[in-house]
Amino acid sequence: MELTRRFLPLVEAVGIPVMALLVAMLLFAGFVAAVGQSPLEVFVLLYKGAFGSSFSWQNTLLRAAPLILTGLAVAIPAQAGMVIIGGEGALALGALTSAVAASALQGASPHWVQAGMLLSGALCGGVWIGLSGWLRQYRGVNETIGSLLLSYIAIALLNFFVEGPLKDPASLNKPSTAPIGDANMIGNLPGMDVHYGLLFGAIFALVTWVILKFTTVGFALKTVGGNPRAAQMAGLRVNYWIVGAAFAGGSAAGLAGAIEVAAVQGAANASVVAGYGYAGILVAFIARQNPFAVIPVAVLIGGINAAGGMLQRRLDMPDATVLVLQGIIFVVIIASETLNGRLRLIKFKPLSPVSAAISAKT
Amino acid sequence: MVAVDGLGWWGVPLAIFAGAIRVSTPYLLVSLGECITEKSGRINLGLEGVLIMGAMAGYGTSLATGSAWAGVLAAGLVGALLGLLHGLLCSLRRVNDIAIGISIMLFGTGLAFFLGKPLVQPQAPMLNAIPFGFWSSSPQIQSALQINPLFLIGIVLAVVLHYAFRYTRWGMQLRIVGDSADAALALGLRVLPTRILATVIGGFLAGVGGAFLSLYYPGSWNEGLSSGQGIIAVALVIFARWEPLRCLWASLLFGGAGALGPALQAMGITSGYYLFNAAPYVLTLGILIATGSPSRTLAGAPGELSLVRN
Repeated sequence: MELTRRFLPLVEAVGIPVMALLVAMLLFAGFVAAVGQSPLEVFVLLYKGAFGSSFSWQNTLLRAAPLILTGLAVAIPAQAGMVIIGGEGALALGALTSAVAASALQGASPHWVQAGMLLSGALCGGVWIGLSGWLRQYRGVNETIGSLLLSYIAIALLNFFVEGPLKDPASLNKPSTAPIGDANMIGNLPGMDVHYGLLFGAIFALVTWVILKFTTVGFALKTVGGNPRAAQMAGLRVNYWIVGAAFAGGSAAGLAGAIEVAAVQGAANASVVAGYGYAGILVAFIARQNPFAVIPVAVLIGGINAAGGMLQRRLDMPDATVLVLQGIIFVVIIASETLNGRLRLIKFKPLSPVSAAISAKT
Repeated sequence: MVAVDGLGWWGVPLAIFAGAIRVSTPYLLVSLGECITEKSGRINLGLEGVLIMGAMAGYGTSLATGSAWAGVLAAGLVGALLGLLHGLLCSLRRVNDIAIGISIMLFGTGLAFFLGKPLVQPQAPMLNAIPFGFWSSSPQIQSALQINPLFLIGIVLAVVLHYAFRYTRWGMQLRIVGDSADAALALGLRVLPTRILATVIGGFLAGVGGAFLSLYYPGSWNEGLSSGQGIIAVALVIFARWEPLRCLWASLLFGGAGALGPALQAMGITSGYYLFNAAPYVLTLGILIATGSPSRTLAGAPGELSLVRN
């Protein structure tokens, strides 16, 4: 009894999202049947396209790499009670800055170029989302709306520079910045067709998780987010923590953009704005804002994205099919928050004082 | 697109005026709907998704029935359904209205892209405008004064809501529910049904706003149709301090900002195209920054609104 009681938070944290995912799958099956396709066939193809072969695994992991980081862009500020949804823009700016850094560092050794790209991308993304936190603290601008508006502005900036002042004249069909050069590209993990960005994302997530769990940082953020006045009384500088959390989240999204340029595109262009920022919101909410859980959830959502192509080819379903599935999952996951703390009522009767005394002795 | 060549540089203010009326109509309808929802104490950030679903449903229905007004009605009904979903889910305990709004935004967008795939090519019947410029011989002025009935409906609605919030029983009940659920309960008002109804009406108007996008201006269905108009409209309600008449002026202002890019493009200025198109976002953010304050809640804000209780 004591043991189950101790593990109840874990059961709740894993059980409720898994249950919600199953419900969402059922609803999606109904939707698929309603548009005249076989749900079974769709699920089989989803599985095959996501995890069915080593090729699909690699495709899945390639998409999971940015999703881990954009998921963190939502999950880290959430520790301090913020709902930030501007990851897409921070990613776009990170991509743009990293391409500028690459052209500024041309001639340096590839490692320096790569380091410069990743750092400048992360810094720029951090400043952009940090701005949402700053606006919230100092001007009272709601961070959800503020970060989304900043995101639209960032995407406009990327498009402006890529098609204007920074356009490489050689890029005709697809306006891009000057290529960073093949020698400077980030390579693949040993034995895989997946680039090092996946590792960087996973390390970012693990380090964040360790810091939040084993240092006082996590507690400070929770206090700041939960009760700013109490945090102030306890001597915490609320504004610093809030802006810092937003900065850390934004730097993850900016890093994702830099990696997309350094490992996939080879130049900044509009292709980096591919919805990773928005899917990252979903990742963070399924993972219940836990940085460690962000990793497996990003693989799951990356898998669903990767399988979209197969649904398109085999069943001639629109590429938006996976967006519908993600939308249904999102709505059900948020609605399932209502079950928090209620499993306790179903499964456990409160201990009577006598039995509590007995179990305390044993 | 308004032809401005004949009037030279004078064409720019004229094009912005005409554009402001056209571009502002979705802002006006969505913000009036959101105004009703927020007055009840809830915020629906999902209106971006509702707008896109409305645009798709309106276009599809207009194509199928041959009547653009049937499309407008269908768009409103689809919007009302999504509003109902939002309203019901928010009524569950511990469910956050901002999070539900974000999920509805992504869900509506995905569903509209999925169902709208076959609608990208065909041409549906459009809404007709009323030619208020009949007295002028200048084609530019005639074209600038082509005004869509939905804009006029929006103006009437803004005036009606302005008085309804103040002087009708219904309006006062809505405001009490939005200002204090406890007070509303003490008065015997039904808090949850009121809020759900307010969200349904807000969804209906946002759906109609979407139909304006696909059936009048820009007047086609594609996946890039709406880029944040729904979110801007939500921010606009804050700027308008939850006053329907101020929503009208604010919508015109945002419409003017939105018309700046196309107007300059028609003049042949294309270099800063993306930057001019970002004008509404910059304006929205600038206004939120200028009018916000960290220390006090905004004047006129409904007391139960989670948005302003940071």
